[in-house]
Amino acid sequence: MPDLGLEVLWKGRNFIRLLEGLWTALRISLVSALISILAGILLGVLAGRKRSVFRFILRGWLAVIHIMPQMVLLFLMYFGTSRAFGWNLSGEASAIIVFSLWGTAEMGDLVRGAVGSVPVIQRESAEALGLKPPQVYLMIILPQAVRRLIPQAINLVTRMIKTTSLVTLIGVVEILKVAQQIIEANRRASPNAAFGVYLTVFVMYYLACRPLTLMSKQLEKHWR
Amino acid sequence: MPEAVLKISHLTKRFDDQTVLDDLSLEVREGETVVIVGPSGCGKSTLLRCVNALEDIQGGEIRIRGEEIRHDGKNLPEMRRKVGMVFQNYELFPHLTVIENILLAPVKAQKRRREEVRAEAMELLERVGLKEKADSLPRQLSGGQKQRVAIVRALCVHPDILLFDEVTAALDPEMVREVLDVIIGLAERGKTMLIVTHEMSFARAVADRIILLSDCRILEESSPEEFFTAPKTEQAKKFLQSFEFRRSR
Ligand SMILES: Nc1ncnc2c1ncn2[C@@H]1O[C@H](COP(=O)(O)OP(=O)(O)O)[C@@H](O)[C@H]1O
Ligand SMILES: [Mg+2]
Repeated sequence: MPDLGLEVLWKGRNFIRLLEGLWTALRISLVSALISILAGILLGVLAGRKRSVFRFILRGWLAVIHIMPQMVLLFLMYFGTSRAFGWNLSGEASAIIVFSLWGTAEMGDLVRGAVGSVPVIQRESAEALGLKPPQVYLMIILPQAVRRLIPQAINLVTRMIKTTSLVTLIGVVEILKVAQQIIEANRRASPNAAFGVYLTVFVMYYLACRPLTLMSKQLEKHWR
Repeated sequence: MPEAVLKISHLTKRFDDQTVLDDLSLEVREGETVVIVGPSGCGKSTLLRCVNALEDIQGGEIRIRGEEIRHDGKNLPEMRRKVGMVFQNYELFPHLTVIENILLAPVKAQKRRREEVRAEAMELLERVGLKEKADSLPRQLSGGQKQRVAIVRALCVHPDILLFDEVTAALDPEMVREVLDVIIGLAERGKTMLIVTHEMSFARAVADRIILLSDCRILEESSPEEFFTAPKTEQAKKFLQSFEFRRSR
């Protein structure tokens, strides 16, 4: 069996440090996801209404987010604002702001699309039964929209978790950074550590995202 | 003479500058079944949609037992409960079971007691042969079953009048009868109904009065006997001929 350099994991606190790094990545993405989901629902519902200014706001916001590489936004938020405005944002705060801006735009668009995908005649059918407009929205439109929304929202959250690997570039020590540090520190003693450590990182990411995709599949099957 | 449950006076409906209904007047009296026939695109669906104010109107008025129903009127949800509507594609709510579909409006909008409505719903479901489907989801039902549920759902709101818009047009032929039999049963029990259909033998059996709609207005209004055996207008003859098949040998 080839030497995968797995033994470095058991040296000192290495394995715990990787877990701590994973937790940093998850913390950034989950806080951002929570903000994005709440703000995105609000934005999406508002943008879904007829003749709403929020429709234009959402469209412009999305255009910017789609064009800009996330790395540029991270640099802008972390390095740019400290120069220009004298803000002293921590790396983690900058990351959460950028991810929330990204997530809110995408989530808003998903919500708007999901609400819009419920056929008009479903609303009419509910109105014809004499339900009041708020009841129609809460009992007929939203439950059907949520069923379409949840798999897409989960997909967004997993993409966020993966994208946290970028935040090492603004000095946040997350799982990938810890992995590099461990490999660097053991370059002499275990030259093969790179494979074993990155493999561990891979498995950790997988285990973090897997429950989300499983849940999504389960819900899709349940609602089919 | 029984009072008019539905009274449409001088109704005009336009989409942009296309006039679909022009100065149309029509009454449906208590216990009466009126069937509307006419070529496709002549405004039959639009007429029904105006009656429960799913469309705004450009002229005239529509009254249910004397009370005006308007797209922009106040008490619109309350007025709509006086009008039951059954759609061509059933429009059951896919995320709710059969019984939840039926109970939703009586319990949430009319604030009636759940147990009481449930008992009524189960009795009606039994009458249409779907008692054991109460806890199924719409997607587990056939088209004919869905449409019978939609009829029960409309009935449970206790409307003054029921509207049917080509309710068998989306069904496979072998399911048409089970739905039409339910509607004939309602006519026998004296429900007030306005029905749009392309099923001519059903129209003849169920109708107290037949109305031919064409060119934005009512072209002919007569008893079913008269309409099918001695149509008064050329258009009615043409329309009826369109349902006959002939082969020259
Ligand atoms: N929402 C709408 N916008 C514009 N035109 C419409 C709309 N709904 C129906 N129409 C037009 O009104 C006419 C009557 O349609 P409809 O009432 O559906 O006819 P029918 O049910 O008799 O087949 C048709 O010419 C149709 O194109
Ligand atoms: Mg039609």
